[in-house]
Amino acid sequence: MQKMKLVMVGNGMAGVRTLEEVLRLAPELYDITVFGAEPHANYNRILLSPVLAGEQTIKDIMLNDVDWYRENGITLHLNRKVVRIDRKARVVYAEDGSSAEYDRLILATGSTPFILPVPGNDLQGVIGFRDIHDVDAMIAASKSYKHAVVIGGGLLGLEAANGLKLRGMDVTVVHISDWLLERQLDQTAARLLQKNLEDKGLKFLLKKQTAAILPVPALSPNSPPQGERDDVPTLRVGGVRFTDGSEIPADLVVMAVGIRPNTALAESAGIHCNRGIVVNDTMQTYDPRIYAIGECVNHRGTAYGLVAPLFEMAKVCANHLAQMGIGRYTGSVTSTKLKVTGIDLFSAGNFSGGGKTENILLSDPVGGVYKKLVIQDNKLVGACLYGDTVDGAWYFQLLREGRDIAGIRDHLMFGQSHVGDVGHQGHNKAAAMSDEMEVCGCNGVCKGTIVKAIKEKGLFTLEDVRKHTKASSSCGSCTGLVEQILASILGGDYSPAPAAKSLCGCTDHTHEEVRAAIREHKLLSIPDTMKFMEWRTPNGCASCRPALNYYLLSTWPHEARDDPQSRFINERAHANIQKDGTYSVVPRMWGGTTNSGELRRIADVADKYQVPMIRVTGGQRIDLFGIKKEDLPKIWAELDMPSGHAYAKALRTVKTCIGTEFCRFGTQNSTQMGIDLEKAFYKMWAPHKVKLAVSGCPRNCAEAAIKDVGVIGVDSGWEIYVGGNGGIKTEVAEFLVKVKTAEEVLEYSGAFLQIYREEARYLDRTVHWIQRVGMDYVKKRVLDDDEGRKAAYQRLMYAIQAEKDPWAERAREGVAKHEFETLAV
Amino acid sequence: MSNWIKVVPLNEIPKLGARVVRHNGRDIAVFRNDGDGVFAMNDKCPHKGGPLSQGIVSGNSVTCPMHGMNISLADGKAVAPDEGCVGTYPVKVEAGVVYLQIM
Ligand SMILES: Cc1cc2nc3c(=O)[nH]c(=O)nc-3n(C[C@H](O)[C@H](O)[C@H](O)COP(=O)(O)OP(=O)(O)OC[C@H]3O[C@@H](n4cnc5c(N)ncnc54)[C@H](O)[C@@H]3O)c2cc1C
Ligand code: HEM
Ligand code: SF4
Ligand code: FES
Repeated sequence: MQKMKLVMVGNGMAGVRTLEEVLRLAPELYDITVFGAEPHANYNRILLSPVLAGEQTIKDIMLNDVDWYRENGITLHLNRKVVRIDRKARVVYAEDGSSAEYDRLILATGSTPFILPVPGNDLQGVIGFRDIHDVDAMIAASKSYKHAVVIGGGLLGLEAANGLKLRGMDVTVVHISDWLLERQLDQTAARLLQKNLEDKGLKFLLKKQTAAILPVPALSPNSPPQGERDDVPTLRVGGVRFTDGSEIPADLVVMAVGIRPNTALAESAGIHCNRGIVVNDTMQTYDPRIYAIGECVNHRGTAYGLVAPLFEMAKVCANHLAQMGIGRYTGSVTSTKLKVTGIDLFSAGNFSGGGKTENILLSDPVGGVYKKLVIQDNKLVGACLYGDTVDGAWYFQLLREGRDIAGIRDHLMFGQSHVGDVGHQGHNKAAAMSDEMEVCGCNGVCKGTIVKAIKEKGLFTLEDVRKHTKASSSCGSCTGLVEQILASILGGDYSPAPAAKSLCGCTDHTHEEVRAAIREHKLLSIPDTMKFMEWRTPNGCASCRPALNYYLLSTWPHEARDDPQSRFINERAHANIQKDGTYSVVPRMWGGTTNSGELRRIADVADKYQVPMIRVTGGQRIDLFGIKKEDLPKIWAELDMPSGHAYAKALRTVKTCIGTEFCRFGTQNSTQMGIDLEKAFYKMWAPHKVKLAVSGCPRNCAEAAIKDVGVIGVDSGWEIYVGGNGGIKTEVAEFLVKVKTAEEVLEYSGAFLQIYREEARYLDRTVHWIQRVGMDYVKKRVLDDDEGRKAAYQRLMYAIQAEKDPWAERAREGVAKHEFETLAV
Repeated sequence: MSNWIKVVPLNEIPKLGARVVRHNGRDIAVFRNDGDGVFAMNDKCPHKGGPLSQGIVSGNSVTCPMHGMNISLADGKAVAPDEGCVGTYPVKVEAGVVYLQIM
């Protein structure tokens, strides 16, 4: 089928979000072409403020680079402004004459800064604050000039002023009203804000109206009369004159007095506009093949200037474009935050009160806190918070839901944590939030969505959450909250009496109950275990099967049989799957040591299979990337090295420093100790990955303090530390014991690992397990009970004997051949 | 409608597993559940194109190895709350051999 042609004019935040949604819903429906007037791919306009303030760089704020367009088959024309739409022929034309035909057209042209119609507004150094170009101009000006004047004391103006101040300029904000941010704040809050900003060094001129912008050297008494100025437009700005006749010096003037929907193109094509391109609830213009989205539209009489409503529009528009029918956009309530580091400000709804409204006020000007809640008919209709905005999200939710607050009215001002059952002392903000509460205002993501994504998609980082849920991917104000949520979920529940947690949705039994049953009833296979424990699903799921497989193997080594179909692909293919479906191969190098023969074989393999990338890993070995699955067994045979298990929940590496062999500080032969440990525990499956390190002296070059087992040589022997972790939340390993001999190092660390293998939950790292059972318990088992320690070490050795090198088996003995063969038909 | 292509003996597809069939440069995943049920679909996850054949099969769905989306084997549709869908192909098993119909 011939694909339909979708053309988009304007490569900004709302437009590209629409394309992302379209690609998600109907990836094959359209051939997409994008025209953007700016020379950049899609970036996060909101974050221009932190870029100006020097807190981020342009690179940090890119949302979709040109590769993204290529990967999604989108034709991208940068630096090309569209100047004409031929609606009959359904073609758009760009300035340079290039053109594109469309079946559907999206206008996402955003808005332009409103430039005051005063004389001198075209002088050099008079700019708006809208795009990368403007930010570059401001940064350049800050380097060679002193005086900046920002006209407009709204959000944009204050963010510009703050940035310019941080860049070293002397900044004056000129504002026409009685107080700053009059559309977001009432007078009291605005005064606090002004005071705060003055403390940062900004100057304010309120109730001033600009009459003219004067060129250099306009401040002299004999400045040229108005008329003459027009023929020297390339002169640079030198000052600003107000209607009361006063003047101030200015080398840079930033106009932040408002924005105008960019409708020129639509108007020239005869599409109905009225302070914005007029659209219906499915974001179509009067020409139904043409959609409009973003700041350039007027929807039910409103033009929005914040991304949250624009992203809602994007969803609806994409839905319609994907022919999914009936989503409608019916308008949004918006809330505001100011992105000036160190200032907390939040406002939403009708915060100025009046009419039949009642106010609840909390005002502490000395402490810098001011809160005002506006109530009408027992409902919260507005909120204005300054200095303490922690409860902003909660108020915003009450406001949008129109909840009856009569019952909580007397506590309302003190925030969510005072209203009874939600959260209590010691719990952080994120924990107190309910699932329906919004975390990310820009993208409309609530806590429940994030929690669900973290749990089900196995997300570990802020980046992951951003990708999967979009939360925190726009203005970034909610980053802290998202991190708290991540920590609260990944950190596990370490309270003394943890709530019994079932293994997964397929059963009500806990990890511990399942392990006990396997041990006591000698269950040897996954189907037997599921039957015995009355699993609800016929063959479990991708969460419980790998766990059961591990529990069986670790409880009954030599007897339970491994089930490859219950292993995650990496452990089934014995290589790491990469994002493009190729694999990476990491051969084992004992204690980080290798030799010329191994290196030569690695080089030969790399040449023969045209390995696109070879890199040294953080675990002191070599990683070969971009390997085709079919080639894995051949490569393993040619490498003739053991598996590094870099893909497995098993012993990964034993990192070492050079130690006494060569190092002048060394007190022990750390390299040899590392090799011995790695050879002893190699092929050891575990609840999660296990990393070891051995340093030759307390300088600790092998970073043993962040390993599951870290060994540090001292004059009189070795110190053993356990439970370190270098991952999402760095955990420093705790001291377990000091021993004298290498044999003892093996026995103590082996026993510790074996008890962890037998008792931890699947996917617990050592640190999580120790936090649950307590270090005293670990010491009791490993230090106080000599017999028990020796027995545990023996059990570990016995378990490891059962394992063969997985690469050798597959390379030489044809094990699991089908796994690596593609069927050609 | 007799363009059935012979693919592989059923017993060479592991139970709760898959094989990859390459046809005109395109990969098709042929799955087997824990019985003799066989299913075929494009080996490309609707989320970000992950190779579904490499996922864990349970019941009548497969979990994508890349980011864990669940895809129903019978109709190629993502299991709620995920959204998306992969193209499926008719398959049959005759005398212990799997056949695939590719248009
Ligand atoms: C400094 C700054 C800070 C902000 N902070 C916040 C904030 O904290 N929170 C918030 O919610 N919002 C904030 N905003 C507003 C937010 O950035 C906008 O609402 C949003 O970017 C609008 O998206 P859009 O896609 O409609 O327009 P844009 O992102 O402006 O995209 C429009 C694009 O279309 C291009 N274009 C226009 N005409 C044509 C043509 N004829 N041919 C080709 N291309 C064309 C333009 O060059 C532009 O790249 C801020 C804005 C700025 C400038
Ligand atoms: C005198 C009456 C009408 C006029 C002048 C008119 C005009 C138009 C125009 C100019 C377009 C533009 C798109 C293009 O270039 O193809 C369009 C598209 C469309 N019209 Fe009408 N229209 C009329 C009646 C109707 C009626 C009665 C319906 C439905 C009951 C309708 C449904 C549509 C739809 C669905 C499209 C989008 C088609 C597409 O993009 O593929 N129109 N119409
Ligand atoms: S940890 Fe000590 S022994 Fe090892 S390399 Fe560093 S300084 Fe030398
Ligand atoms: S590619 Fe399949 S879940 Fe992401």
